Amino acid sequence: MGLAKRIIPCLDVDDGRVVKGVQFVDIRDAGDPVEVAKRYNDAGADEITFLDITASHEGRDTTLHTVEQIASQVFIPLTVGGGVRTLEDIRNLLNAGADKVGINSAAVHNPEFVREAAERFGSQCIVVAIDAKKVSAESEPNRWEIFTHGGRKPTGLDAVEWAKRMTDYGAGEILLTSMDRDGTKNGFDIALTRAISDAVPVPVIASGGVGNLQHLVDGVIQGGADAVLAASIFHFAEYTVADAKRYMQNAGVEMRLD
Amino acid sequence: MTEVVAVIDYGMGNLHSASKALEKVASGQTILITSDPDQVRAADRVVFPGVGAIRDCIAVLRDTGLDQAIHDVVAAGKPLLGICVGMQALLARSEENNGIDCLGVFSGQVSFFGEMLGETGNKLKVPHMGWNQVQQGMAHPMWAGIADNARFYFVHSYCATDVPESDVAGYCDYGRRFAAAVTRDNVFAVQFHPEKSADAGLTLLENFLRWQP
Repeated sequence: MGLAKRIIPCLDVDDGRVVKGVQFVDIRDAGDPVEVAKRYNDAGADEITFLDITASHEGRDTTLHTVEQIASQVFIPLTVGGGVRTLEDIRNLLNAGADKVGINSAAVHNPEFVREAAERFGSQCIVVAIDAKKVSAESEPNRWEIFTHGGRKPTGLDAVEWAKRMTDYGAGEILLTSMDRDGTKNGFDIALTRAISDAVPVPVIASGGVGNLQHLVDGVIQGGADAVLAASIFHFAEYTVADAKRYMQNAGVEMRLD
Repeated sequence: MTEVVAVIDYGMGNLHSASKALEKVASGQTILITSDPDQVRAADRVVFPGVGAIRDCIAVLRDTGLDQAIHDVVAAGKPLLGICVGMQALLARSEENNGIDCLGVFSGQVSFFGEMLGETGNKLKVPHMGWNQVQQGMAHPMWAGIADNARFYFVHSYCATDVPESDVAGYCDYGRRFAAAVTRDNVFAVQFHPEKSADAGLTLLENFLRWQP
């Protein structure tokens, strides 16, 4: 009895449309983020994360409108990330109805931005997204580095040190993605998840590599994650969120099932 | 005449969620977001939401005269719902920001979760973030249609302590047992976010819109 672990489906949204294909058999418009968010809410998702991959500047207004639409109809927490660079970006997203915003490369370029954001809006709504890749050889102790530009650009920053620094600066949560595992369906990088989770005082969301329901359990029990984020296993209806919750509960993980 | 439900806007974060959720469950009531103390006094029901730091919250309330408006609503016997920092502000004192006096509608204070250990001996993460169970401390019209130990969404680093048991409407466990809901007469206040707590949260908000204390 106590705090439940969370399952967070993630939507990639480009100019107001869900991309990377969501395949629900009985949904009218699988590209409509509001419909997809509602569907996940009905299936028992604990939160929704919305990754804005809109490239154009004009597209940002569409994003705000989409956030507004989701927040008017789906009454669970909504995190929006992607392209968040200024305090004004954050304010606009929160005013549109986002509960938390994810900051990724802007934090790497200017760590003070995270401090300013947490002071201005409160740590509870500042999620720092970390994309990490293993850089140590097999014979060496594990070491992961922060990468930007979708995993192409190394920064020289040690992932564990960086996560600690970001929480010192006021990040209220860490969204941790293993760039080695992202898209592989081989499961989370458990050692990375455990290393970050043990190092920071705030909740950690594990992301990258989920291919089956046991991977979600492993992320929580072995990796120490407080929440698990997944996209494709839910989008392609391989499993429903409800399936995942029952599976995790049966494996001894406390979940919200009501 | 249409009932007016005022949502107090004191510049502290996201009112969209609270007002949208209230609109979703309202029947014939007008949801009014306002920073005007007179409109708060004139409303039939008042919602006092809040996120962010308590020091800024209390400072703004005092500067704008909203603190007195809240006291007047309490004294007038109109239903008042505090949410999250809104609940914390109704207690006597908070230790956040090196200690600050709050509105004192309830006795008790707000304390940091601190470095607590969970059942397995691991350090508990702060903020307390996610869906936790609320054990109902008393029968109350605000709990109508909500199961005992139903889960609500929490996100906070400070929690209410030393609230007299007779004022505690619900408890939550996270390293320690704390008051997740407090109530007296026409005031009900919750640490969790009903506007983000799916069906259980919407039911609570609907109960508030019907509550006749």
